Amino acid sequence: MTTSTPDAPPLSAPTSDGRVRLAAEGLRLAYDDRVVVEGLDLTLTDGSFTAIVGPNGCGKSTLLRALGRLLRPAAGRVLLDGRAIQRTPTRDVARALGLLPQTPVAPAGLTVADLVARGRHPHQSWLRQWSAEDEAVVAEALSWTDMGDLADRPVDELSGGQRQRAWISMALAQGTDLILLDEPTTYLDLSHQIDVLELVARLHAERGRTVVVVLHDLNLAARYAQRLVAMRDGVLVASGTPHEVLTEQLLADVFDLEARVVPDPVAGSPMVVPVRRLRR
Amino acid sequence: MTATVSTVRQTTPPEPGGRPAGRAVTLRLGPVSARFRWRAVVVPVVASAVVVVLGALSLGRGDYPIGVGDVLRTLAGAGEQGQRFIVLDLRAPRILVGVLVGAALGLAGALFQTFARNPLASPDVLGITQGASVGAVAAITLSGGSSAGELLGGLGVPLAALAGALGAGALLFTLAWRSGLDGFRLVLVGIALWSAGQALTDWLLTGAQIHDASAAYVWITGSLNARSWDQAEPLLLSLAVLVPLALAAGRVLGVLQFGDDTARGLGVRVARAQGAVVVVAVLLVATAVAAAGPIAFVALIVPQVAVRLTGGSRPPLLASALCGAALVTGADLLTRTVLPEALPVGILTAAVGAPYLLWLLVRGRRTPA
Amino acid sequence: MSVPSVTRAPAATPGTAAHAGRTVRTRRRVLGLLVLLLLVVAACAASIAIGSRPLGPGTAWTALTDRSLRTEEAVIVWDLRVPRTALGLMVGAALGVSGALIQGHTRNPLGDPGLLGVTAGASFAVVLAIVLLGVGTPAGYVWFAFAGALAGTVAVYVLGSAGRGGATPVTLALAGSALSALLFALVRTMLISDSDSLDAFRFWVVGALAGRGADVAWQVAPFIAAGLVLALLNAPALDLLGLGEDVARGLGQRIWLARLTGLGATTLLAGAATAACGPIAFVGLVAPHVVRAFTGPAHRWLVPCAGLLGAVLLLTADVLGRVVARPGELQVGIVLALVGCPFFVALVRRRRTATL
Repeated sequence: MTTSTPDAPPLSAPTSDGRVRLAAEGLRLAYDDRVVVEGLDLTLTDGSFTAIVGPNGCGKSTLLRALGRLLRPAAGRVLLDGRAIQRTPTRDVARALGLLPQTPVAPAGLTVADLVARGRHPHQSWLRQWSAEDEAVVAEALSWTDMGDLADRPVDELSGGQRQRAWISMALAQGTDLILLDEPTTYLDLSHQIDVLELVARLHAERGRTVVVVLHDLNLAARYAQRLVAMRDGVLVASGTPHEVLTEQLLADVFDLEARVVPDPVAGSPMVVPVRRLRR
Repeated sequence: MTATVSTVRQTTPPEPGGRPAGRAVTLRLGPVSARFRWRAVVVPVVASAVVVVLGALSLGRGDYPIGVGDVLRTLAGAGEQGQRFIVLDLRAPRILVGVLVGAALGLAGALFQTFARNPLASPDVLGITQGASVGAVAAITLSGGSSAGELLGGLGVPLAALAGALGAGALLFTLAWRSGLDGFRLVLVGIALWSAGQALTDWLLTGAQIHDASAAYVWITGSLNARSWDQAEPLLLSLAVLVPLALAAGRVLGVLQFGDDTARGLGVRVARAQGAVVVVAVLLVATAVAAAGPIAFVALIVPQVAVRLTGGSRPPLLASALCGAALVTGADLLTRTVLPEALPVGILTAAVGAPYLLWLLVRGRRTPA
Repeated sequence: MSVPSVTRAPAATPGTAAHAGRTVRTRRRVLGLLVLLLLVVAACAASIAIGSRPLGPGTAWTALTDRSLRTEEAVIVWDLRVPRTALGLMVGAALGVSGALIQGHTRNPLGDPGLLGVTAGASFAVVLAIVLLGVGTPAGYVWFAFAGALAGTVAVYVLGSAGRGGATPVTLALAGSALSALLFALVRTMLISDSDSLDAFRFWVVGALAGRGADVAWQVAPFIAAGLVLALLNAPALDLLGLGEDVARGLGQRIWLARLTGLGATTLLAGAATAACGPIAFVGLVAPHVVRAFTGPAHRWLVPCAGLLGAVLLLTADVLGRVVARPGELQVGIVLALVGCPFFVALVRRRRTATL
């Protein structure tokens, strides 16, 4: 896969030069009066691969929505390339940052090719509806995600794993170098979870995308991400490399879980072996 | 760290249903045992009391007021001739029709709404009352014309309405049935029938003499004017059969609410149970509409009010019936006493019911099915 | 990431399959569009030639082309049939397009403009005009019906979005039915004791093209034109909204702008159509459905094609109404409801899973 697309970032391996792409400052997020995230600070550097982990209802998906400008913070702000994201026009955000919600639904009958083509919307206008560049980027995105043969199948007829690939293909066609994914492995069996995460890892490694992903599975998060962010009850509890974050003490504090942490025999990343749930 | 955690946690737990169901009480008497929530008992008792009070008030009020003592004396069998006629032959049957029709519509609405898991599924929306309207308007407007019209006219308006409602019910049933009745499909087929019935009614009205059209218009609004024992007696008889059947269906409904698969898992023969519920509900509506015309909004609103009064997850059957009776009796009393003109009772129920539904929406609570 | 990556068979030449599929789809859409255009022409021809006094195609053509003729046929064609056909064309297109918009915005394939208070608002305003001002002709009702339809839709939208969750398809439908019931109760209160007004109203409420002259067509034309332009502008946004609001926003769509444009277009189109002809059911529901079979969910194609099919349906139903009840005629609204009902039921029965 050596073809490069006009708008794709440089093909070289990610160079974490430390430039901050996305940052949250003193973020408080709430639905009506119910505060879900409180006083959260976070920085995401260029070319990083971050996984947000935490127990159910800890606010990790809410945080991701705020980072993607889908939710207006009750206090604090989100900065995209140093600029307040709420004050950035929708279309500018869409050219810099792609977001895949949890279990997105496509209308009945929409084909994979059409879905991926809709990723080009931020680059189109009334005069320039479908350029040769759009055509090339979509074709490349389809083949890069191995969806070329399924291009004319309706999305709603695909299997769960194929469907997720189609959506990732759309995010790729959008051509943003920041991609946020909300639990892309939900409802998938283990081999398809691996398949999807391999694809996301390739987006990061081969295409140089900065990736933020919300994940349930700690072992997979530790294996694929460079950095883990652990949350509990709307508060950021720990942040660092998988080895720094996934400690037995943290698992007890954040997940109420007594567990052993051993090296993953395949990847060498920390691996959680649960013992029992701790009652508080 | 721990301090923050605990403060945040206090703000998080949301009220799941938002409606406290009240404490459950279990009664045991030897081998017999029953569980109920106390509000589910109090509401029907209060509603019955309201119906009795409104009915009693109604007997004495009207163009010719009669004192409470005279009413009681008349009911006991004494009293003078004129008062006996007014109380026993004019007002009593009218009030009884109102009570029974209200109860039947409330009950049918609760059955449909629970069954379809949709607060919009009422007999008005499902086309059944619209079928009755087609029958009645045809009987009123065609009686002078064609031979089919003669036949309908000979049937009389109530029977024509009954036939229309049953016809629409049968169509609804057969068209929505596909190895079982799905609530959503039932609503959609019902909406289609409703539109066709509406078009037919409108068309019949354009072809009618204008005074026939006016009479038909009063009928489709739903009215208790000039209802006598001729309507009250058959209504009483059919409800004596249908209401126990409907209440018996209530137990199955509670299980059907969880979806077909769960119900099957709990040992309910789903298709048969669904069929039985819909047939009973259609019969209830048909008898009610034949007696008083399609009184608007009772079947839609009353179950929603009842479920908010009693708490719980679905419209209670008995309480819906009694609240329906109270609503129609009260509205009829108002039309006969307070309002300047003798408006059909259906206008009043719509004028009260629609704003109530809008208020529910604006208040933004979740509407239970 | 020292994980060995799963080896995959190399993909076929990038994009060829996708490209071929795109061409096939486009060809089908173009073909569908051409067929629709032909049908529109045929329906117009039928509408001009057929009526209580049938004209041969030759006679109709001569009367149409030679404006110097002053024959009876020429008068029928130019004074009656042409304005009626033009109005039917516009109203049908307006209803079809507004149906496509509503279905797109609510993501509900069963949406219909009548659900949103258009009919009830227009009916209420027309009755007010009849009872209070003594208006008595279809041309006189137009502005009242239009204002009522606008007010009705806005009220339904405001009430439906006032709750905590904002406007959802379910709250909109509930608000629509509640407001309709209330307005119709008021309509009945006014009509029950006033048989003269009922006499006028009952002929409006069935929905008809008969008796509307060129003046009515000219009155509503600008609004329908504006509505159609807005609808076409709105179509690309609908494609994105179909993926959910989150994805649409993520792709750079301003949600409020898309919603506002859609609401404005729907109200203009459905309001103007109802103002001109009275309430007409099923066109807005059925037309987008049929068209979707060859356009797929792409609104750039779906919206204009639904408009063309709407025009075909309305004109055909109108012609049918003139034929079946000779020497009188059956109003187009009634023909459509009676023909649309079985179609709709068949549609509902065919769907495997219910989605709302």
